[in-house]
Amino acid sequence: MVSGPSRRNTPAGGVRARRLPTAVKIVIAGGFGVGKTTMVGTVSETQPLRTEELLTDRGVGVDDVEGVERKDTTTVAMDFGRITMRDEYVLYLFGTPGQKRFWFMWDEVALGALGAVVLADTRRLSDCFPSVDYFERRKTPFVVAVNCFEGAKRYDLAEIQMALNLGPRVPVMLCDARRLDSCKEVLIDLVLHAMKYRGLSEEAQPQNA
Amino acid sequence: MMPPDGPSPDFWAEDPPRPPAPPEPDAAERWLDEGAGPMVRPYVMTSGRTEPSRGTFDLITLVVAVGVEPDTTIGLGPEHLAIIRLCQTVMSVAEITGHLDLPVATVRVMLGDLLDKGFVSLQEPEPEADMHDIRIYKAVIDGLRAL
Ligand SMILES: Nc1nc2c(ncn2[C@@H]2O[C@H](COP(=O)(O)OP(=O)(O)O)[C@@H](O)[C@H]2O)c(=O)[nH]1
Ligand SMILES: [Mg+2]
Repeated sequence: MVSGPSRRNTPAGGVRARRLPTAVKIVIAGGFGVGKTTMVGTVSETQPLRTEELLTDRGVGVDDVEGVERKDTTTVAMDFGRITMRDEYVLYLFGTPGQKRFWFMWDEVALGALGAVVLADTRRLSDCFPSVDYFERRKTPFVVAVNCFEGAKRYDLAEIQMALNLGPRVPVMLCDARRLDSCKEVLIDLVLHAMKYRGLSEEAQPQNA
Repeated sequence: MMPPDGPSPDFWAEDPPRPPAPPEPDAAERWLDEGAGPMVRPYVMTSGRTEPSRGTFDLITLVVAVGVEPDTTIGLGPEHLAIIRLCQTVMSVAEITGHLDLPVATVRVMLGDLLDKGFVSLQEPEPEADMHDIRIYKAVIDGLRAL
């Protein structure tokens, strides 16, 4: 499916042989209104963009062009932002709607992701259950970032960990998606967690098989 | 030749140009529905194809235009040319769809055409199995710290 970077890189006719960077991605998941778009916008170096998929795109053949008229069409939008890294890496952040019916999209976004941030709002904690379920099942390393909305009751992080029935090693932290330093901290913690999860921490702990 | 499951590419060529007159109000409402967005055009652009001829085109596959500037006589549509223009700098598939406001499936098909004709070069992301390169993690942490 994927051929090696250098082979793929050779332009037809060999006009320009230039090394392209490699892209990596992090998924920002969570319920509606939890701060996904805000977080993507806070850290992105460019104006965040959105990509849309038509739900009816799935399995629609050419002969369905007329049928489209009758179909209930829904688009799913994902916001994404970009951060250019040294060493020829580009990081993309995808804010992905958390409802279960969008899971087909998640499969695509989660595949090959460095990890995921699940945003949680303590006023509607259950909104993040599907996201947690999904990444647990898929074995994508993730952290839970609890957005502190005004008027929300302050919970102890350990209480949230319990309420979400998270394993003890899943980091749970407070965050403010509107603040760059807070988003940076969450994302760095996620990357450190993903390294550990994949047995790549500095101490090079072999992963319990 | 007429494939059993749909009109041939000629279907589109033979279709008489549509008058600019607005469709019946009932239909207009459906077409202009917020969610419907670019419903018909994408199929026309891709001649009804929903799968690209080549490549998988992950959302973060990076694309750059290579080779000579194409001219318009070689079967490329305006959207193909728009992609080539955008990809003068390296762009992800997601960014192309965002900038051109086209559905991902449509952009994938057009990128397949451009790859076939040698107008773009790709960098696919690391496959999931290869997420064990510590350099990626270190670069990302440094990049985040530098924000
Ligand atoms: N107090 C507070 N408000 C936030 C935070 N993050 C987002 N918001 C606000 O919550 C609203 C919804 O955020 P949005 O990013 O659109 O949510 P999305 O639906 O997950 O993309 C917006 O008005 C934001 O300004 C946060 O960390 N703290
Ligand atoms: Mg949003």
